[in-house]
Amino acid sequence: MFRSALRALTVFGVMAAAPALAPALAAGDHTQGPAALPHAHFHFEGVFGTFDRASAQRGFQVYKEVCSACHSMRLLSYRHLLELGLSEAEVRAIAATVTVNDGPNDEGQMFERPGRLSDRFRSPFPNEAAARAANNGAAPPDLSVISKAREEGPHYLHALLTGYADPPAGMAMGDGMNYNRYFPGNQIAMSAPLREEGQVEYADGTKATVEQMALDVTNFLQWAAEPEMEARKRMGVKWVLFLTILGGLAYATKRKIWANVPH
Amino acid sequence: MSIGLHNSTFKNPVIRWVDSRLPIFSMMQNEYGTFPTPKNFNYFWNFGALAMINLLIMIATGIFLAMHYTPHVSMAFDSVERIMRDVNYGWLFRYVHANGASMFFIVVYVHIWRGMWYGSYKAPRELLWIIGVVIFLLMMATAFMGYVLPWGQMSFWGATVITNLFSAFPVVGDHIVTLLWGGFSVDNPTLNRFFSLHFLLPFVIFGVVFLHVAALHITGSNNPLGIDVKSPADTLPFHPYYTAKDSVGMVVYFIVFASLVFFAPNYLGHADNYIPANPMVTPAHIVPEWYFLPYYAILRAVPDKLGGVLLMFGSILVWFILPWLDTSPVRSMRFRPIAKWFLLLWGIAFGVLMYCGGKPPEGIYVVLSRVATLYYFAWFLVILPLLGRLERPLPLPESIAKPVLRGGGPLPAGAAAKPMEKA
Amino acid sequence: MADHLAPAGAPHAAGEHAADGTTKRDFLILAAGGFAAVGAGAMAWPFISSMNPARDVLALSTTEAEIGAIPVGGAVTLMWRGKPVFVRHRSPDEVQAAATVDMGELRDPQADSARVKAGKAEWLVVIGVCTHLGCVPLGQKPTDPKGEFGGWFCPCHGSHYDTSGRIRKGPAPANLPVPTYAFTTDTQIKIG
Repeated sequence: MFRSALRALTVFGVMAAAPALAPALAAGDHTQGPAALPHAHFHFEGVFGTFDRASAQRGFQVYKEVCSACHSMRLLSYRHLLELGLSEAEVRAIAATVTVNDGPNDEGQMFERPGRLSDRFRSPFPNEAAARAANNGAAPPDLSVISKAREEGPHYLHALLTGYADPPAGMAMGDGMNYNRYFPGNQIAMSAPLREEGQVEYADGTKATVEQMALDVTNFLQWAAEPEMEARKRMGVKWVLFLTILGGLAYATKRKIWANVPH
Repeated sequence: MSIGLHNSTFKNPVIRWVDSRLPIFSMMQNEYGTFPTPKNFNYFWNFGALAMINLLIMIATGIFLAMHYTPHVSMAFDSVERIMRDVNYGWLFRYVHANGASMFFIVVYVHIWRGMWYGSYKAPRELLWIIGVVIFLLMMATAFMGYVLPWGQMSFWGATVITNLFSAFPVVGDHIVTLLWGGFSVDNPTLNRFFSLHFLLPFVIFGVVFLHVAALHITGSNNPLGIDVKSPADTLPFHPYYTAKDSVGMVVYFIVFASLVFFAPNYLGHADNYIPANPMVTPAHIVPEWYFLPYYAILRAVPDKLGGVLLMFGSILVWFILPWLDTSPVRSMRFRPIAKWFLLLWGIAFGVLMYCGGKPPEGIYVVLSRVATLYYFAWFLVILPLLGRLERPLPLPESIAKPVLRGGGPLPAGAAAKPMEKA
Repeated sequence: MADHLAPAGAPHAAGEHAADGTTKRDFLILAAGGFAAVGAGAMAWPFISSMNPARDVLALSTTEAEIGAIPVGGAVTLMWRGKPVFVRHRSPDEVQAAATVDMGELRDPQADSARVKAGKAEWLVVIGVCTHLGCVPLGQKPTDPKGEFGGWFCPCHGSHYDTSGRIRKGPAPANLPVPTYAFTTDTQIKIG
């Protein structure tokens, strides 16, 4: 009796699955362009994944000492770093190192003051045009949600940061451009930001290899893009468990109610 | 019972007092309690109730998101991210709302497919079906405008491309587009009016859904056999039988919904929409949300701009006349040994269009889109009208209560082995 | 719910003739219904919670201010939780005037010492919203009228406050409230 219904469902299932199958089917499309991304394992992956806070905190250090020279993170405030596991004193000290324009005061003047917890991360450039002008015409993107703003976010970021190499023989590079295996088109305006071991000095004694710094800053950027992830997954596990039990009860109830109906 | 009061059958004095003056309890009782419902529904009949729940979820989360959202080009993106980071449970609302749109379309597509497979659009339910198509069009408009609100790259360029469709109409086209924009490009006035309409339309949908349900309760529900209810033995009271059955479907639906929201909230979205809108840079691949892909593929399958636009709109508008295109005397595909294969093929064509809509418009995808578009319309305009006259339906059961009396009921496995029998 | 709503003679669910079956069914309905109610409650909570102040609002619920630069007799107005806060550097005369008032004269009796921090009597910190109908009293600028008691004067309905921010004359019922605050250093206060 249900057979045709099942068949119809199957068709719909195939339709629904088509977009998911698409990447596999289209894998042969790209004859040139970026190489396939290497997939590093990250602690935040999976249903029970959580952030590797030690790594993400080191990643913040990399952002602060390297990336933040050019890249803003304007959607984050210093107080958000408390959620990353830094102490209030540490975050206050970090915030106090920047100068914030405030005002106007009673005399109508703008004034400068040290940063506070409630201040947004300081941006390296006053506006996008300035960022563009200072960077050879390519404005460095804001990194607040960069991990969500790229396909395969964290894997792409990690690959990009470790994907610099000399251009293959015969490839004509644009003026001021750099070769990167994983950047679409392979020519990227940003020169390799992580170049040598020990570029930053980790307080916890972790050896700051390029690979390690890339992983750490990726962890940090993933946290910055999805700070709600741990709460979200925790809540999700609870809801799915709850709904499974409720589903069992609902089905048993339905069976019982329908028990005497011939159908 | 005094004149002017409704004759209430409720015993509780308070309920009776209210019900005598405003018979909402009687109405609920009649429409959702004792309402005689065919006893042979399968789980496909859950999806109407699921769509209703989904609409309510969208309205509830939408109202709370609107409390925190700022419809201004310079603040919209940031206000959405503020909802994600700083508003209590803001991320939950946003992800439920965004994935709720996808769930809504999944549910409604299954609901529509159910109607097509079991002939729910056929007399006397033509108007019920037409109202349903109106709901679907309103849903599409609402979803499109909602996607613009976060003001990411896909929001901006989706809005630009879709509004530009209207420029295809001769003479008035450009004026229509300027009118839609409220300016000379998609900009702040556009965002403001989209927000206003995105807030309004769900309540319009709610009203039209009420008409949809009212019309349903005049004709009564169709059923998997597609035959009319003949006696009380064919029906069950809606409560508790179908409230219980709908509850089962609802929990399954919530599990799927929760899995998306909590574990893959951005799976159905586009990474590009996390880049703030930039009128100077178009993303490499502009694609609409997955639920619009089939129509997008039809649009691109036609090499002519106006032709593509007309065909795209026509692909939905043709649903309006579906009740009169289908000339068959039977409703359910269970008793239509040939038509069911053509309808399945139509479902596959729809899937192919959805797939091609997400691919660049080149090479094999254009060919596939064109073939599928051709079949999409051929099914409605040629195959369905002809087949109703040529096809010989299988014998129908005498009633829902006695499905096997005259050799009807479940399809014999070899039903398809004797095609092309002429009546 | 549905049971007591059922009109007389409504068709009943099948299976009620088997007594034990009915019991089990009722139990299942009760359990499923109870579970669903818990779920609905859990869904409702985020809606309520989302209307409370967001984290960025809470982050601004404390204000820190450097007050060392305020001259004796001067005052500044700070913004705290969307309201003005008056910080006045009182002269010894003003402190004296505030401290020696007879409690019997006050409409809202409160000693000046209870309105300032111990050892910091020269600093008065009050919320600058008239307790009558919410206007902002005058008296912060040197050119402002300060009222008959040298504190603040509300132009809306003529309430006079003294140098401790206490109501002395006019329609206002209570003193200007003192917000929760603390000296983080000798010259810095944290309000909230």
